[in-house]
Amino acid sequence: MRIVIVDESHLRATIVEEGLMEAGYRDIILVPPAAGYVAEIERLAPDVVIFDLGSPTRDTLEEMLAVSRSLARPIAMFVDKSDDDMIGAAIDAGVSAYVVDGLRKERVKPILDLAVRRFNAFSRLQNELHDAKTALSERRVIERAKLLLMSSRSLDESEAYALLRSTAMRQNRRIVDVAEAIVTASELLEGKQ
Amino acid sequence: MTPLTIAFLPLTDCAVLAAAKEKGFAAENGLDLQLVRDVSWATARDRLIYGQVQCAQMLAPLAVAVSLGLGQHPAALAAPFKLSVNGNAVTFSRRLAAMLEMDAGERVRDPAATAQALATVLRTLPAKPVFAVVHRFSSHALALRYWLSSAGIDPDADIVLRVLPPSFMSDALGRGEIDAFTAGEPWNSVSVASGNGEIVALGSRIWESGPEKVLAMRQDWADANAEVVDRLLQALDRAAAWCQDDRNHAELAAILSSNSYVGCPAELIASALSGQIRLVPGEPSVEERNFLLLHRHASNFPWRSQALWIYSQLARWDYLEPSADAEAAASHVFRSDIYRRALAGGATPLPGASLKLEGSLSGEWPVASDTGKLSLGPDRFFDGEVFDPSAVGDYVQRFKAQA
Repeated sequence: MRIVIVDESHLRATIVEEGLMEAGYRDIILVPPAAGYVAEIERLAPDVVIFDLGSPTRDTLEEMLAVSRSLARPIAMFVDKSDDDMIGAAIDAGVSAYVVDGLRKERVKPILDLAVRRFNAFSRLQNELHDAKTALSERRVIERAKLLLMSSRSLDESEAYALLRSTAMRQNRRIVDVAEAIVTASELLEGKQ
Repeated sequence: MTPLTIAFLPLTDCAVLAAAKEKGFAAENGLDLQLVRDVSWATARDRLIYGQVQCAQMLAPLAVAVSLGLGQHPAALAAPFKLSVNGNAVTFSRRLAAMLEMDAGERVRDPAATAQALATVLRTLPAKPVFAVVHRFSSHALALRYWLSSAGIDPDADIVLRVLPPSFMSDALGRGEIDAFTAGEPWNSVSVASGNGEIVALGSRIWESGPEKVLAMRQDWADANAEVVDRLLQALDRAAAWCQDDRNHAELAAILSSNSYVGCPAELIASALSGQIRLVPGEPSVEERNFLLLHRHASNFPWRSQALWIYSQLARWDYLEPSADAEAAASHVFRSDIYRRALAGGATPLPGASLKLEGSLSGEWPVASDTGKLSLGPDRFFDGEVFDPSAVGDYVQRFKAQA
C-alpha cells in the first residue's frame, strides 16, 4: 500500500512517516504542498493520501481527484460512516485522508488514527516548546530585574528576589510582570528605547 | 449566552460575520460567536458536515452541490441568509489583457465585447490559456463559464480550467503559471496592486445581482435549533446593515485587515466595500456602485429562484442529471421561509414573494413587501437573458442548443 503524506511542515510529516514505518508500512512518500505537487500525487498514484488541513491547496487536490483520468481508481475522502467522532477528531487534529476506491475500512482506519495521534503529539510538542521558550525568557527578565535592584538599592541577591516577590504578592501580580515593569522602567530612564 | 461556532474563509465578504462578532451584534442577541478561520472550502465544508461548527460561510453553488450529493459527500444543507451579493472579478495577466486591444474601462462596461475579443485572441494563441477558479462549485466559476460561452468559447475545451486557492492567484499570474483567474476580493485588487494583473470583467457586470456567499447550516441542526437560528439571523441582519453603511467602511476595512480575518492592507479591502475598483496598475479607480452588496436591495434574502438558477447552471454544464427531485432539493437549500420567520416585524422589509424572474430589472424597482418600503436593485444578465424559475428546463435547453 502506497501512502503519500502532504504537509506544510516537513518535521510533522517526518513524525507521521516514522510512526507509519514503526507500524510496518514501507511505501511512504513525503510530498510538500509546493507548486505542482498535485500533478506529482497523480503520478505517484497512491492508495492513501494523508493531508494537512492547514494547506489552502485542499480544493486544488479535490479537483484533481475529481477530474483525473490517469488515476486507475477514484480517490475520495475517507469517511467512516459509522464513526463521525473519528472524522471530528481528525478535523480537530488538522488532518484528513483520501483513499482509493475499494480499500477496506479496516485497512484505512488504523492509518488515519495513527496520523491523528501523531498530529496531536506534534502540536503538544509545539506547545511545550513554546512554553519552554516563554519560561526561559521569563527567567531572564527576573534575573535582569534582580541585578537592577541589587545595584540601585544595594541589596544582595536574595534580598532583591524577596523584594520582587513581596511586591508581586502585594500587587497581586506575577513576579515576572513586576520584573518586566522594573526592566522597562529602567530602560526608559536610561533612554534605551 | 449561547455558544455558536461559524467557519469562514479570509475574504472581504466575510464582513458580515466579522461585524456580527466585533461590533457586538451577536452578543446583543445572546450569542457567544466563535469564528473559525479556514483556508479551503473543503475544510469549511467538512467542519460543517461533521459538526465541528454549527454554521459556515459558503459559496452559494457549493451549498447547493453538497445538498445534491455532488462532490465528496452529500449532506442536506440550509442557507437561510445570503452573506453577500456580487464581489468577484476576472483578472488577466497583463500580456493577455493587452491582446484584447480594448480600453480598460470599455472592457468592464461591455462584457459581451470583451468575451468576443477573447474569442478572437484564442484563435491566434499557440496554446490554450490557463484560467484559475477557486472551486468548481463557485459563483465565480459559473459566472466565468456563462460569460465566456456567450462568445462561443467552450470553457471545457477552449481553455484550461484549474482550481487554485485565491491567495495564490496573483503570484501564479506573475510567474506565468496561469493566464487569468477569477476570485473574490481582495485578491483581484492584490494582483493589480502588485502589478501582475488587470481586471477585465466584474461579476456585477456579468450578472448585476449574483448570489455569492451564504450562511450554511445542516438542515437537521437548523430544524432542531430554530430559536438560535432566529437570533443569529437577527444579529446578522443588523451587522449587514452596519456593513453596508458608507460611514462604517473605514472601520470595517480596519477590522478585516487584521490577521484574524483577511490579513491584508486595509486600503485593498476598502476598495471593494466602497465600489472603487482599480482595474489597471497605476491607473485611477473606477466606480462600481453594486460591486459588492452586503445588505442593500434585500441582498441577504435567499431567493429560491437564485438557488434554481444555480441548479440550472449545474445542469447546463453536466454536473448533474436534471430531475424534478433534484430541482426541488436545490430550491429547498435557500430557506426564505426561515429568513421570514427570523426577521418578521424587524427593520428590514421582507419581500412578498420567494421566487422572482432573475434578470428582468434594469434599475431600482419598488416591490411588494411587509412594510411597503422595499426596492430591489438591478439584476440583469449582460446578455439580456431572463431566468424564469418556473421553466428551468427550457432555460437549460436554450443554452445547450447554442453550444
